[in-house]
Amino acid sequence: MTVIDLSKTSIRDLNQRLHDLNGADRTNEWRITNPNGEHAIAAGLNAPINVQIDGPVGYYCGGMNKEAMITINGHCGWGVGENIMSGFIRVKGNASESVGASGVGGLIVIEGDASSRCGISMKGVDIVVTGSVGHMSAFLAQKGHLVVCGDVGPDLGASIYETVIYVQGEVGRLGADCIEKEMTPEHRENLTRLLRQAEVDADPARFRRYGSARKLYHFNVDHADAY
Amino acid sequence: MCGIVGLFIKNPDLKNSLGRHLSEMLIGMSQRGPDSTGFAIYRGNGLDDSIKLTLFNGLSPAGWDGLAAELEIAVGVSVSLEIRSSHAMVTAQCTVDDILEWLTRHHPEIRVVGYGHCIEIYKEMGLPADVVGRFGLADMSGSHAIGHTRMATESAVTTEHSHPFIAASDICLVHNGSLSNHNRLRRRLQAHGMSFETDNDSEVAARYVAYRIAEGASLREALEAALKDLDGFYTFAVGTRDGFAVVRDGIACKPAVMAETDDWVAMASEYRSLAYLPGADKAKVWEPEPAVVYSWGREQTE
Repeated sequence: MTVIDLSKTSIRDLNQRLHDLNGADRTNEWRITNPNGEHAIAAGLNAPINVQIDGPVGYYCGGMNKEAMITINGHCGWGVGENIMSGFIRVKGNASESVGASGVGGLIVIEGDASSRCGISMKGVDIVVTGSVGHMSAFLAQKGHLVVCGDVGPDLGASIYETVIYVQGEVGRLGADCIEKEMTPEHRENLTRLLRQAEVDADPARFRRYGSARKLYHFNVDHADAY
Repeated sequence: MCGIVGLFIKNPDLKNSLGRHLSEMLIGMSQRGPDSTGFAIYRGNGLDDSIKLTLFNGLSPAGWDGLAAELEIAVGVSVSLEIRSSHAMVTAQCTVDDILEWLTRHHPEIRVVGYGHCIEIYKEMGLPADVVGRFGLADMSGSHAIGHTRMATESAVTTEHSHPFIAASDICLVHNGSLSNHNRLRRRLQAHGMSFETDNDSEVAARYVAYRIAEGASLREALEAALKDLDGFYTFAVGTRDGFAVVRDGIACKPAVMAETDDWVAMASEYRSLAYLPGADKAKVWEPEPAVVYSWGREQTE
């Protein structure tokens, strides 16, 4: 285990050391202490390494991640795992806005609440939130899954494409072109798999599914009222 | 981009270290606002008759010579003047208007950046670490304070354009964001007799709050009205004699994080500015909801 104390090492030096491993196929363990809300910690990783961060992080933690398994023992700021390609990010705390923004693959688990715009423009990442998410979540979401065990703020899934959303709690006003859809056995199986991967204990039978009404894919004047 | 911070002390033992903590919070927001830095600190209980005005004289660093004596003759009571870097703090037992009227007539070059019973406002161009050092913030005590680090997007980088903006007696405002209807709103407020010192959009927000309060609104009502009348992106922190308030625009475009312990309540644009407060690791940390007015004051904690 390599321990890096961010009260003594700069983010740039830390990230350079982690980037030096990019492309490697071996697993090793890193522990980062005293993050104190700094930005871009462990961004741009591209190796199957385990990174544990002890404390709250700022913006874009684990951004662009490929393959690495990142655990944050604290809250995180905007855009955790933004543009994640693969790998796994677990936040043991609350997350601020734009969790997994534009994420292409991999899995992000928030063991707390996530703020607004969770999963904005997600393109294939799976996001599981054990608590609630804020307004405008899954805005423009294109692919992947958003699972919310708690409640959802207003305007869920505005202008959504093909992301599948599962919600257990209360859902506020839905966003433009987002509708509730039937929870088929296939979807329940899919949700069961996601919860298992996320190691989140919840009953798939209690969730509802939301997705795109597909009216706004192309502008059609007959659908102008739907915006 | 800008950074805003606010700190309200609940445990009286910490009042002596308010300046040091606010100083650290402002330095934490250096990357969000390297152009200018400013803060409003509330000191004194505001219960006696004395008033305070913070003045800035951009023309002459030594321009304060003799000002206290001139003021004493003009207003007929004793006036004390304390110089802090480019600013001077005047204390007297008269009304704010007595001094404002005289200054406008005799020293139009002097800018009044703050006035009231408790408030002192200091703001300058420069990095937070430099500006807080020049004003000696770390050694100041007080009950609460708000601050701002500026990265200008809408108007010039000058001392006058820096935050906080005084809105009314003991009420000031800092802003992270940009307003899109500030020109029209400024004209509307001018038509109601409000005057402006700059073309800064945030000054319009401060004057708007002042206008609403002068019309009889409470601070909460003024901020709720602002949510309807101000178009654009904003997180505001508003300092008052008793505490401070925070409000974000309806879709929460600009960041804000709050933290509270038994000893203090704090807000900042980012957690970085809260990380070094005593007991921050055990604090309750949350994000204020969009379009909700949050406020803390002596009533809630006593």
